[in-house]
Amino acid sequence: MASQVSTLPFWRTRRGQERMITAAIFTTLCVGGAVVLLPFFWMLSTALKPAEQVYLSPPVWVPIPPQFINFWTALTRVPFYLYAFNTSIIVVFVMIGTLLSCSFAAYGFARLKAPGKDLIFMLVLGTLMLPGAVTLVPTYLMFNSFGWVNTFLPLIVPSFFGSAFNIFLLRQFYQTLPVELEDAAKIDGANPYRIWWSIMLPLSQPVLATVAVFTFVSTYNDFFTPLIYLSDESKYTIAVALSFFQGSPRIGPQMHLLMAAVTVSLLPPLILFIGAQRFFVRGIVMSGIKG
Amino acid sequence: MQAHPPVGSAIVSDTVPAQRPIRRWNREALHAYVFMSPAILGILIFTLGPVIASLFLSFTEYNIITDPQWVGLANYTELFQERLFWQAFRVSAIYSVVSVPLNLGFALGLAVLLNHKMRGMMIFRSVYYLPTVISGVGVAMLWRWLFNSEFGLINVLLAKVGISGPAWLLDEQWALSALIITSMWSVGGTTLIFLAGLQGIPQELYEAAEIDGAGRWSQFRSITLPLLSNVTFFNLVLGIIGALQVFTDAFVITRGGPNQATLFLAVYLYQHAFLYLNMGYASAIAWFMFLLVMVLTLLVFKSSPLWVFYESERKGN
Repeated sequence: MASQVSTLPFWRTRRGQERMITAAIFTTLCVGGAVVLLPFFWMLSTALKPAEQVYLSPPVWVPIPPQFINFWTALTRVPFYLYAFNTSIIVVFVMIGTLLSCSFAAYGFARLKAPGKDLIFMLVLGTLMLPGAVTLVPTYLMFNSFGWVNTFLPLIVPSFFGSAFNIFLLRQFYQTLPVELEDAAKIDGANPYRIWWSIMLPLSQPVLATVAVFTFVSTYNDFFTPLIYLSDESKYTIAVALSFFQGSPRIGPQMHLLMAAVTVSLLPPLILFIGAQRFFVRGIVMSGIKG
Repeated sequence: MQAHPPVGSAIVSDTVPAQRPIRRWNREALHAYVFMSPAILGILIFTLGPVIASLFLSFTEYNIITDPQWVGLANYTELFQERLFWQAFRVSAIYSVVSVPLNLGFALGLAVLLNHKMRGMMIFRSVYYLPTVISGVGVAMLWRWLFNSEFGLINVLLAKVGISGPAWLLDEQWALSALIITSMWSVGGTTLIFLAGLQGIPQELYEAAEIDGAGRWSQFRSITLPLLSNVTFFNLVLGIIGALQVFTDAFVITRGGPNQATLFLAVYLYQHAFLYLNMGYASAIAWFMFLLVMVLTLLVFKSSPLWVFYESERKGN
């Protein structure tokens, strides 16, 4: 056997083939990875250029010396701190609303029995397939009649009414927890609300973290909702403000300042992603397998 | 979901009369409804109510200031005679037909590569997922700059290999392609869902196939593809729904232009609802989109027995 294997050239042996496949995959992934990262490099490169180097052909790849002052200029020419503050308020309240309402509802769906529960759950999942456009106009008109347009309320309040994907994720998790934990509490006379608050919530911290990071990212990146509801410049979120920079004489045509502002705007999700990667991965794995 | 007669109820039913369990059950149902109430109210207030209201509004003329006027089917007949509506429909259709399969194919291929056992794979997975996390307006503006016809990175790189790139966003022929390319960049989200699916496939199946002498390609075709088909199904449905609702990229990168070449249905809807305050007409557009998504989703569901392979079938065989 051994002699037979050794007479084969390396690339024909099993190990050789494995190695070659790994090398091919590695190379492909490196090229693809470069394609993914290149836009970010270009963004940073532009953000660090002095104005006169932006529109040059051939381009300046690495500006020397880098103009870090661009970040300062971009952020102070517009009230960026205000946009950041508005965004934070919205994101924080949406996260609170989502975590509370989704885990609360999910516990009901996972553990309690009631007629029609499965039907309601199907309806909840059905909302995932509904295009947002079809509810858009009446929802807008409703908030308008409340006098809530141009406030943060239309952005925040709906999050207190649960969202299908997160309810689904949390329900899946609650179903994996042993029932014995609750039984012990029931014998001690705890009602379901207490069980949810003091047993289920603490136990579901990892999933809650997953829901939290996804909620952060989607709320932070949301453009359409704040665009239609917020009209005062002083109420803009970062996303909406950015979109108006394009046409703004203060920043607009100056691509280096625009890219500096874009770079800063991408930092919060980037930092979160680097710090909380395992929670992102968990969410994808849970939704992917069960979906 | 499994019935779980709790230890507690057994103790209680020993000591109380027979009708007691029914009352307990009623109380549990009451609690269940309280727990489900955010979701139930959410569906009523933010889904069912608005869906019905927008159907009603689609038969009216309404500009927010004066009361809605019933106009019957006028909005729909106007819609179907409007050139711009058909343009929007065409744009959304082309985009969906091209970008959804392209994204699924790319995502699947990438997922297979990312599933290979190799050191440092976590870094690759993170890199490919990055554009999904970092998305929205900032990235759209970045793409606008990348596609700049003279100084954008894409044409600069194309020039390096001797291709003189098109004017992209300024060119009617190329603007939609530019948006499709943009969508390809964030293929990582779909990829990781495929990857999760791949990792759920039992390794023994491949080992058995290998013993039978099956090559990699036939392993992929007869194990990976069928066992992944339910994930493909999930991604396809969400992909169609997402593609028909593209707004941010079209709004920020091209503003629907040039010459309406990227006027997506969602952008057309936005213009009528929030620029011209044609709430009735906008609702008709919304309902058209809704029906379109429903028909397409239904087609995918109906066709699924032909190509989606369920776990139970495997166990049955």
